Amino acid sequence: MLRPSASSDIRNDIRSTELLVQLLNPDGDRVPDPEFDHWVADVTGEQLRSLYEDMLVVRRIDTEATALQRQGELGLWPPLLGQEAAQIGSARALRADDFVFSSYRENAVAYCRGVQMGQLLAVWRGTALSGWNPFDVGMATPAVIIGAQTLHATGYALGCLQDGVDSVAVAYFGDGATSEGDVSEAMVFAASFQAPVVFFCQNNQWAISEPVALQAHRSIADRAPGFGIPSLRVDGNDVLAVMAATRIALDRARSGGGPTFIEAVTYRMGPHTTSDDPTRYRDPAELERWAAKDPISRLRAYLEHEGLLTEEFEASVKAKTDDVARELRAACLALDPPHALSVFDNVYTSAHSVLERQKSQYAAYLAMFEEVAE
Amino acid sequence: MSELRDFRLPDLGEGLTESEIVAWRVAVGDTVELNQIIAEVETAKALVELPSPFAGVIGALYAEPGQVVQVGAPLVGFEAEESAEVPAQDAEARSQAPDAAAPVQREAVLVGYGPKIDGGSRPRRKARSAGWLERPDTAHDSRSHRPAPPLRKLASDLGVDLDAVTGSGTGGLITRDDVRRHATAPPATAARETRTPIQGVRKLTAQAMVASAFTAPHATEFLTIDVTPSMELRERLKTSSAFRGERLTMLTVVAKAVCLAAARTPVVNSRWDEKADEIVQFGYINLGIAAATPRGLMVPNVKDAQGLDLLSLARALTALVERAREGKSTPAELGGGTISITNIGVFGIDAGTPILNPGEAAILAMGAVRRAPWEYHDAVALRHVMTLSLSFDHRLVDGSEASRFLADVGTILSDPGMLLTMV
Repeated sequence: MLRPSASSDIRNDIRSTELLVQLLNPDGDRVPDPEFDHWVADVTGEQLRSLYEDMLVVRRIDTEATALQRQGELGLWPPLLGQEAAQIGSARALRADDFVFSSYRENAVAYCRGVQMGQLLAVWRGTALSGWNPFDVGMATPAVIIGAQTLHATGYALGCLQDGVDSVAVAYFGDGATSEGDVSEAMVFAASFQAPVVFFCQNNQWAISEPVALQAHRSIADRAPGFGIPSLRVDGNDVLAVMAATRIALDRARSGGGPTFIEAVTYRMGPHTTSDDPTRYRDPAELERWAAKDPISRLRAYLEHEGLLTEEFEASVKAKTDDVARELRAACLALDPPHALSVFDNVYTSAHSVLERQKSQYAAYLAMFEEVAE
Repeated sequence: MSELRDFRLPDLGEGLTESEIVAWRVAVGDTVELNQIIAEVETAKALVELPSPFAGVIGALYAEPGQVVQVGAPLVGFEAEESAEVPAQDAEARSQAPDAAAPVQREAVLVGYGPKIDGGSRPRRKARSAGWLERPDTAHDSRSHRPAPPLRKLASDLGVDLDAVTGSGTGGLITRDDVRRHATAPPATAARETRTPIQGVRKLTAQAMVASAFTAPHATEFLTIDVTPSMELRERLKTSSAFRGERLTMLTVVAKAVCLAAARTPVVNSRWDEKADEIVQFGYINLGIAAATPRGLMVPNVKDAQGLDLLSLARALTALVERAREGKSTPAELGGGTISITNIGVFGIDAGTPILNPGEAAILAMGAVRRAPWEYHDAVALRHVMTLSLSFDHRLVDGSEASRFLADVGTILSDPGMLLTMV
């Protein structure tokens, strides 16, 4: 896990939110920033390479999962194409004992937290109602209800206060979610109790088919100060800027400074889900403009400039992404439908007579099919 | 050849029942890699690319571009390489899961750009009849007991139509024995009619025929002629050095005659442009040939047939018809025709009223060549006789013009030497 090398007064400032923090520009040039630089000063060349590999791996997970959906192996998939830096940069700043509450698009975050491929896909294949045990990886299963997870995160953070631990809860949500009442309620409670929670908003410019400008007449980061929550607005396609901002927010939360709001300005380069066709509502020129700001190509250019992009390294990344794609496909195809009677499992922690009766009736009904098969 | 592994059309959105094939990116015989794009498909929600689920060789494409395919219906047959990750039996089991005949009814989407709900095409959830829970009123449902799912599964496994089964149980209840008895009964009760969805080439053909028949007033003329001289000419040519080894058929000779006669009566090679309020006179002949292919009627055409000599025309026609029979006609070959020939003689038929290929002014049907008694040199002799049937669009072709054209074709075929007087 990466750690900040030093702390700064910046964590207590409310920075002007019209300013976009950027440490790597789209050409891959390192942009010096006296306030933010030292938050990523400890990031070694090896760690930069590791971030690059992470981003390529999750892009491959996205591609492979999209293909599996088109092949009828998954019911649905929400691609995160274009948001790799926002998710990897923030997730790699977390500690193992921090806890993530995400929406359904944070598959890169889940990958960083150690969620297995089969666990990642089970819900989308329809073979399970949730993919993993949240306590194994420090990440709740995704909330499909827009914005609901911000409340869960705030509640968890209040628990951390009660327990007297310095773990932090991180809520991931999108620009669209900020229009939901849940997000406002979560921010009110987080500010009131100075809960150790980070509100990490990926502004990917589109709430399904509604552009962000329709919902936010000022920057989304501008809203947080109204709740008494300091906010940062970072280039979400710049993995270093995202990491610096996340570390600032985590540091503040751990040291009793309360919540922070981060708006990572990024772009959803793909459809909302595999059921969506963005060409129906989106100008292709806009996609081209954002493709030029691709998070992976800028880190690649930086690595190249720093002499870190060797052939050997590229070959190892290629091998890794191929392995992950194979693993993902194999894990997906190995997910079998659950037995029909498993619907009764885990409804109550202990035996329940009514449920037991229903279960035996249902078993008898299913047995009628077995007879048929004879 | 190894058995094909079918890839069935998946539900590409949430709750879709069908998709239209926009284009194939592969052809039969192509080797594809896993996830290589094989087709573009349009659903009610989006235009999407389909990545190949297997690595292997394309063995069959089960649909045409433009065709609407039901979710669960076979789309591509692969001569797939066995792969440890995808055991064949798994693939088979999975592919059998969706039932094409009875698309699973699903609710609207949870998230995403939802499908257009347009009446008719999308199956609706039927109000559940109360019959199987309560006693039916009177004429509600002839069957007072709705068969239970296990019984329906048994019937489906045994291929029994439950509507055709008379129940022997209480209140007409169908029992398992009824179903089994029905399954083993002699096939006297086999379906007396089958219903096939109108789609693909059949649908396109029907649309073209209706459009043509009900917009262009058709008139048809018949002419029976002695084609013995053409037959003799053909025999002589076949032994000449220029034509040795070439396919020179009566169709080629008729095609040449049509081109030559159309030059004398250009109006048969024209088009009525209703929208523009204009008659389009073509200065070229794209000669369409109606071909019966395994997938239905196709009318590919030879471009600029007027400029081809007999040998070139023979080669062009052979290649055109072969491609059509193999299903490899290009969109260019299938569009832009100006006048057509249909060879009903190959089916042993003499004459009929051909329907115009849409947008064209004339179509000539050539009948079977028969040995028949015919007046020859003031006596009756057995001659090779053929009937020509010409349909024309009476909006722009008058009877006199059609008659002259048909007579010219007849003259060329019955006395090729007369060409010297025509050109």
